[in-house]
Amino acid sequence: MTQYLIRRLMIAIPSLLGISVILFTILALAPGDPFEELATNPAIPPDVRANLRASLGLDDPIHQRYFAWLFAMLRGEWGYSFVSRAPVGDLILQRLPTTLVVIGASQILALCIALPVGIYAATRPYSIFDQIANTLAFVGFSLPTFFTGLLFILLFSIWLDWLPFIYRANIDATGWRWWWEHLRQSIMPVMVLGLFQGAAWTRFVRSAVLDVIRLDHVTTARSKGLPEGRVIRRHIVRNALIPVVTLVALQMPIVFGGAIVTEQIFRIPGIGSLLISSILANDTPVIMAVTFVFAILVITFNLIADILYGWLDPRISYR
Amino acid sequence: MREDDLRQMIGRVKRGDMSRRAFVRRMAAVGITAPMATQILAVAGAASAQAQSVPAYPFTTPGGGGELKILYWQAATLLNPHFAVGTTNQEAARVFYEPLAGWAEDGTLYPILAAEIPSIENGGLAEDGRSVTWKLKRGVKWHDGQDFTADDVIFNWEYGRNPATAAVTSGSYRQVNAVKVDDYTVRVEFEQPTPFWADAFVATRGMMIPKHLFQDFVGANSRDAPANLRPVGTSAYRFVSFTPGDTLRAERNPNYHMPGRPFFDTLEVKGGGDAVSAARAVLQTADFDYAWNLQVEDEILLRLESAGRGRVNIVASGAIEHIQLNSTDPNTEVDGERAHHSTQHPAFRDGAVREAMALLVDRDSIQRFIYGRGGVATPNFLNNPPRFRSDNLSYEFNIDRANQMLDAAGWTRGQGGIRQKDGVRLRFLFQTSVNAPRQRVQQIIRQACQRAGIELELKAVTASVFFSSDVGNPDTYTKFYADMQMYNTTMPQADPQLFMNQFTSWEVAKRENSWQGRNITRWRSEEYDQAFRAAEAEMDPVARAALFIRMNDLVIRGGHIIPLLNRNTVSGSVNNLAHVLSGWDNTHWMLSDWHRRS
Repeated sequence: MTQYLIRRLMIAIPSLLGISVILFTILALAPGDPFEELATNPAIPPDVRANLRASLGLDDPIHQRYFAWLFAMLRGEWGYSFVSRAPVGDLILQRLPTTLVVIGASQILALCIALPVGIYAATRPYSIFDQIANTLAFVGFSLPTFFTGLLFILLFSIWLDWLPFIYRANIDATGWRWWWEHLRQSIMPVMVLGLFQGAAWTRFVRSAVLDVIRLDHVTTARSKGLPEGRVIRRHIVRNALIPVVTLVALQMPIVFGGAIVTEQIFRIPGIGSLLISSILANDTPVIMAVTFVFAILVITFNLIADILYGWLDPRISYR
Repeated sequence: MREDDLRQMIGRVKRGDMSRRAFVRRMAAVGITAPMATQILAVAGAASAQAQSVPAYPFTTPGGGGELKILYWQAATLLNPHFAVGTTNQEAARVFYEPLAGWAEDGTLYPILAAEIPSIENGGLAEDGRSVTWKLKRGVKWHDGQDFTADDVIFNWEYGRNPATAAVTSGSYRQVNAVKVDDYTVRVEFEQPTPFWADAFVATRGMMIPKHLFQDFVGANSRDAPANLRPVGTSAYRFVSFTPGDTLRAERNPNYHMPGRPFFDTLEVKGGGDAVSAARAVLQTADFDYAWNLQVEDEILLRLESAGRGRVNIVASGAIEHIQLNSTDPNTEVDGERAHHSTQHPAFRDGAVREAMALLVDRDSIQRFIYGRGGVATPNFLNNPPRFRSDNLSYEFNIDRANQMLDAAGWTRGQGGIRQKDGVRLRFLFQTSVNAPRQRVQQIIRQACQRAGIELELKAVTASVFFSSDVGNPDTYTKFYADMQMYNTTMPQADPQLFMNQFTSWEVAKRENSWQGRNITRWRSEEYDQAFRAAEAEMDPVARAALFIRMNDLVIRGGHIIPLLNRNTVSGSVNNLAHVLSGWDNTHWMLSDWHRRS
């Protein structure tokens, strides 16, 4: 097991290096620079702009810039943002908690919907409940988050005026009021992300449970006269959850990606909105760092999924 | 207006027969910007150039106003005014930092950290235009309790002009000399007589950062200064917290130097998102008090306004949305350089084609259906204030006349109805940046051109590429590898000198200057160059104003520039918010005076 872990980690290093080369090259080849607004302002002499470009090292050859970045990265320096002149690491750390809270809450919501609904639907296949759940799940994961997000804003903020649609990370309140304000402003983004994810997982849970429910050991358990609840909990769900758990782990990075759009709509100061604004401002060090963090997440969660899989299913061994 | 009339009017102001405001209005009617007009008075020694348009502030005790929430759909990323690359950062810095003086809406100077506005009578302004002496307000303290003195002002000059600092304000500071006269007096010296002296230390370019916190961070390590993200200024609000790209929070400064101010106890500036939802959050749901720069179609704004909770503020500015017709040939290479300044555009070298193009632009419809209150159709490149209509120039939308003109010039309709002459077809590539209103304008012009036998191929380039200074990219607006292009040029300074240098022959964008020259159309005119040189050295404000008006007419008659709209800045605020806005300065220039009406 340890040997397997070490081997996997060793493989991760060249893949991360490869990813960084590709990312860096694409970003370096992409046109544009962060000084768009200076361009049409006659009060700023063009050579000031050129000087700024040079001071950020934008005019150096790509390979030189890449190695400078790589060595800084190896020393743990993420570099400075072009537009805010703040260390990139700080920017990311500042925004990480918000993203984790919103994504975490939405994932919990998704699981709370997907598990009971999926299991219940699978134990009564083609019943009315199953059909309704199936239809809703289809609708749920067919609607993109940007659409449901705008729909929710229109409904709950504009027409009903119940919820705020601008997320504020610093709320001037203490105690219960602080919790209440945070809850109120988180409801919509969490629902948007959670319902989307929940709908996709519901269908997956249902089919996983359906696969297990037909197996011989379930029939045996039932014929032993075990109560139905016990059969479902101990004999069906436990086995059916093995692929579900890996799926959840594998999908985590995708969820981070999906949150980008939602963060933009609700003005949530998370990693996703940092990435979008950096891309719009051509802030290469930040784009590089955030995408690199995503790459690390993908690789890590892949590894976690593989390990979890073996732990849940002893038939799989690591060699 | 003739010089004599102007001199008589200045005389009447001096004698007190005419109010300064009436003078500014009369000047505006003949096309002299309000800031110019007040400078004329200042240089001519008629009354001090103190703003009269800042409304009276109604409170005598500060505080008690609760929270003020401002929404920007772009977010500030940095709080050092010398590094403020875009407007959003300038605005965020202006919350904490103040200049010596700011520009009021009528274009007059209003003292902020200065005790008074320099003029010839008070001895602040040298008669030869070679220096200006600023007296500083006494008793001003930085937020950390230190005194604000002339040393701070001198430090800002050194900081801004240092090439290693790479400050965006360097253009204002590197050609002037600043001298400390005493602890509360600073003299700015110019190499040449400078008619427009109110640039260094004024408004956006003049926000003062404290010497005691920045003196160890000049030059190469300037980006490491902790105060870049934790500002200590002199303003009405002091720093609480800042998340780059998201929220800026401030609280009332109890030791502010203007009495009775500010009204609000706390301030929040939230950034991010998009313009439409920002407008919604103020006008429709009133979650926020003020939304900046609402570049939203007017139709939507009118609908949101009908909710009755907020209103749209329109402030005139000098920005001009215009079309450029290339004077060089973008499809011929000379020494490996396209659009080389030695070439001539095969079609646009014919004056009839240029004139026809101007006739095919339906400015009134563009204003009515696309920009609404966001712009005013204009025949001029330099137009301030917006109600200015030159006697000399006018515009017209007339497809028939364009057709007649092209027929007369020998451009005959050929294959597919496209006109041609001597093998040159009237088929143009028309580029602009990606921006919904601009794409709609492109469509409108294309349709009109079609009816005149001119075919336009439309192209839209992402703004961050179009406006970049990337030498390697062929799609930047400075390279102008197209026949026509359209964009907005801002006029942040109230004086037209920097604004109008974009048509001088020495500013032609070419490979030698890495396409950094500001003359993008590469149009050249000896007459224009002479007028510009004359204006640069002209100390007589009357003659100087006449020169700029002539320059505008020369450019428009040259035909390579088709002005569309004089753009206004559009913002939204809730009904009970009282603010002081100006088209010549930042939104936050008088944040100290913002309050709520009861």
